[in-house]
Order: sequence, then C-alpha cells, then structure tokens
Amino acid sequence: MQRNNLIINAKIAFFVIALLPLARLVWLGLTDGLGANPVEFVIRSLGTWTLVCLLVTLSVTPIRLIFGINWLVQLRRMMGLFTFFYVCLHLLAYAGLDQWFDWQAIVHDIAKHPYVLVGFSAFVLMIPLAVTSNQAMIRRLRQRWKMLHRLVYLIAILGVTHYWWLVKKDVSEPFIYAVVLFILLAVRVYYKRPRLLGTFWRPDKAATGA
Amino acid sequence: MKHVPIIPASEITPREIYQGRREFIKVAGLGAIAGAAMLSGMSFDAAAAQSPRRKIGKFVKTPYGSDEKLTPYEDITTYNNFYEFGTNKSDPSQYAGSLVTRPWTVNIEGEVKRPKSIAIDDIFKLAPLEERIYRMRCVEGWSMVIPWVGFPLADLIKWAEPTGNAKYIEFITLDNQQMMPGQRSGVLDWPYNEGLRLDEAMHPLTILAVGLYGEVLPNQNGAPLRLVVPWKYGFKGIKSIVKIRFTEKMPVSSWMKAGPSEYGFYSNVNPNVDHPRWSQATERRIGEGLFARRRKTLMFNGYAEQVGQMYAGMDLKKYF
Repeated sequence: MQRNNLIINAKIAFFVIALLPLARLVWLGLTDGLGANPVEFVIRSLGTWTLVCLLVTLSVTPIRLIFGINWLVQLRRMMGLFTFFYVCLHLLAYAGLDQWFDWQAIVHDIAKHPYVLVGFSAFVLMIPLAVTSNQAMIRRLRQRWKMLHRLVYLIAILGVTHYWWLVKKDVSEPFIYAVVLFILLAVRVYYKRPRLLGTFWRPDKAATGA
Repeated sequence: MKHVPIIPASEITPREIYQGRREFIKVAGLGAIAGAAMLSGMSFDAAAAQSPRRKIGKFVKTPYGSDEKLTPYEDITTYNNFYEFGTNKSDPSQYAGSLVTRPWTVNIEGEVKRPKSIAIDDIFKLAPLEERIYRMRCVEGWSMVIPWVGFPLADLIKWAEPTGNAKYIEFITLDNQQMMPGQRSGVLDWPYNEGLRLDEAMHPLTILAVGLYGEVLPNQNGAPLRLVVPWKYGFKGIKSIVKIRFTEKMPVSSWMKAGPSEYGFYSNVNPNVDHPRWSQATERRIGEGLFARRRKTLMFNGYAEQVGQMYAGMDLKKYF
C-alpha cells in the first residue's frame, strides 16, 4: 500500500518535472525571451531535453544494479515516452519552424547530411519502442519485447553522435553526454559480465567438444 | 517596395534620453547587484562587461545597403561568434568586458617598405569614416544586416606601402589570455588569424570597421578594429586586430588549421558549395522571429556583380 503511494507520487512528480522544459520554452516564447535566433534556440533546447530524458531513462538499470532501488523501473515507461515526446517536438520544430514543411528540402537534408541522418535514424528506431510500450504489447511479445527494446542502446549512441557531429568546433558539451552514456552502459556491462561472457564463451561446451 | 513606418519626429525618443534612462536602470541595477555581491563576499565582474556606448563624432552616410532592413542593435551585439570569449553566442557580450581597447596599437610588417605601427586614434584619422550597411552571412547558416562605420582597407594598405612582393595580407588578433579568457581553451590555434588575396583586400567593398550603428564598436563585435568582407562568410571578418602582415605566400588561417576540409582560404559565400556537414543554400535572417521563413542565400552574398570578376575562371568547388 505504502509502496503504491510512493510510486504514484513519484510518477506525478516526474510527470510535472518532465513538462518544465516545455513550459519554459512556452514562457520564453511569450515573453520574447528566445534570443536573437529563436528557431535555433527552440530546436536545440528540445534536442537537449530529448537527450536528457533518454539518459535519465537509461540510468534506471544502473541505479538498480548499484543501489538496489528496484521500484524506479515502474517509472521507466513514462521516462521513455517523455523522451519520445521531446524528440517528436524536436523534429516538428525542425520540419515546421526551420524548414516550413518543405518535404523535398527535408528529405534532401536527411539524405545528404550525416548528422541529420543519424538523428533521424534514432527517431525512426524510437517509433517501435513507443508503439510497443503498453502492457498488452509487453505480454504479447514476451522475450522478443526485451530484444526489441535493447534498441535503446543504439538509439542513445546515435543521439549523442547526432549532437557531436552538428557542433561547429567545440565538442565539450556533446562530450559530457558521451561520458554519461558511456558510464551508464559500462555499469551494465560490468554487472552483467558473467552472463555476457557466458554467451560467447562456454567452458563446459568447449570441454565436451574437445 | 519597402514599407517605412511614418513616425512623427516628435515621437522619437532621442538616443541621449533613452540612453539616460537605460543608464539609470543599469546603474540602479548594478548598485543592487554590487551590494548583494559584497554581502555574499563574491567578486562580480559583470559591471566590467558593460562598456559605455559612445557615439562616433563624424562619418558620412553611403548608399550601400540603404534598401535593407537593419538587424536590431540588441541582436547584433548579443549573438556573436568570438571564441576568444567562449564558444556560446551569448559569451562575447557577457565576457568581453575584460578586453581593454585603449591604448591599442596595430603593427604593420612583412612585405612593406618599412615596418610601421599605428595607434588606434590615428587609425580613426587615416581616412574619412563612412557608414556601410552590409549583409553578413555566417558559415553556420544565419545572416544579419549591419550598419558598420569604417573605411576602405585599401586606404590603410596605401598608407602601409607594401612592396611588389606582397600578394597576400594576413591579419592577427590580440593574443592575451587575461583579456581574452577563451584563449585558455584549445578550441582554435591562437592567436586567431585570417587572410585575403591582395586584390580582395584592395576591393572597395572591403573595409576595416571601427563602429556600428554610429557608435564605437562594442568589444563583443571586435573592438577596436575589425575586418569586414561582405561577400565572404563572417569568420573571415577577423576581430580586435593587432597585426597586419603582407606576405608573398597564402596565409593559413585558424579555421583552415581547425578543419582543412571544412574551411578554405577563400570562404566566399556560395549557395552551391555546401559545408561538408550542412547546406549553404539557405539562411536564417536574425531578428525576424520564430515564424519567419529561411531565405535563399545569394552568390557572393548578393555582391556577385561587384566581386565576381575576381574569381572568373576559378573552380569555386576546389577553392572554397
């Protein structure tokens, strides 16, 4: 009962916090606070918050592994869906505010420029994850659901690469995201190394084969 | 064609008065901040970042760009690339207060009759100052319209007396980590340098700017002296120049060193030659707000008629 209350409260809190970046943009937009290049500001901000949400989502497992806090898993779907929410807004701002829905220009931009292609690929890969995030799909797909949702690792790498490739010269900010992502992935590898090793190297089988 | 709103002269607040109001607000605000800073025992150097705005006494208006809508002063002075003060667009306006522009000397060297140096106050008197309204196109895909105050670089070159060996001209920015804290990072090879072919440098469109909007150049825009070459990407317009060198060989600029495949010596605005990572076909005009459409970028930033012949027969994909 108490545990349920905790989770409900945590969910409400996360929901409100996750909407703050959007609320800030709306507020800045209404008060002429988006600066000299408001379109770039909005797109960059939405991209940044997509990455932040993604890294927050990916930090659930490491926190569980290190600190044994298991109930956070119950918030993970909401975190993932907020990541998808922000990436949709990011893409909408790019397509609408920047490109004025000039589809020809957008297709050309995606095909010709690797940083756009990488970012767009990450978005496309997120669609099946968002679609299969409900309880019914989890039950229906079972083991395949787990396999499918491992795509998130690739998505995160593509997302950070997208940021890294778009900055003109100073990569210090994308570097921070890369380091955080590396740590989050490294913790998983460290804790799961017996099982990971097992899939590649099975001494028992090797012995019987000899 | 262009709609000019009619505002009766009596309605326009004279600059002195609104400046006075702003000064008052600023002083009052700074007083409060300084008080708070003293209370918390912290040093606060934002006061230094706000150098006072000073008018330039005498300059003549010219027809250049008179049909363009000017980018607001606020945008021109708060959205800057000046990595010597940080790589964010807002860094220069926040941190350029540490730059001291008086006294300031520019040294002339290399292929000249004899090396010379000239103080900034004498540079102001080298040639009559003019206002030139130019489009400025950044390599990142945005643009502004800026009313510069300056004089043709050709006037300084004539005064410098280059020898017959001089084929190129190189400019070098101040090298001073105290005044330019961004130089502590290795993001570029300091000091910043840039170069032009001598015919480009002598072209009547090429100016050295000492001001904008009729006022002395703000630090974040490259005080006290910067280059403006309106048909080239903005980064060619080197800021806070302390050295001008005439050379026989093509100089290698900071950006050429930083990314040889991305930034060439010429860096002419060209919608047909993309940056390797992004398109140069269109640009976003600063100051037009959230719901403005990108504009088509023009060949040589719209100055093709004046400068095109200098590049006749050149493969601009190769010499980007």
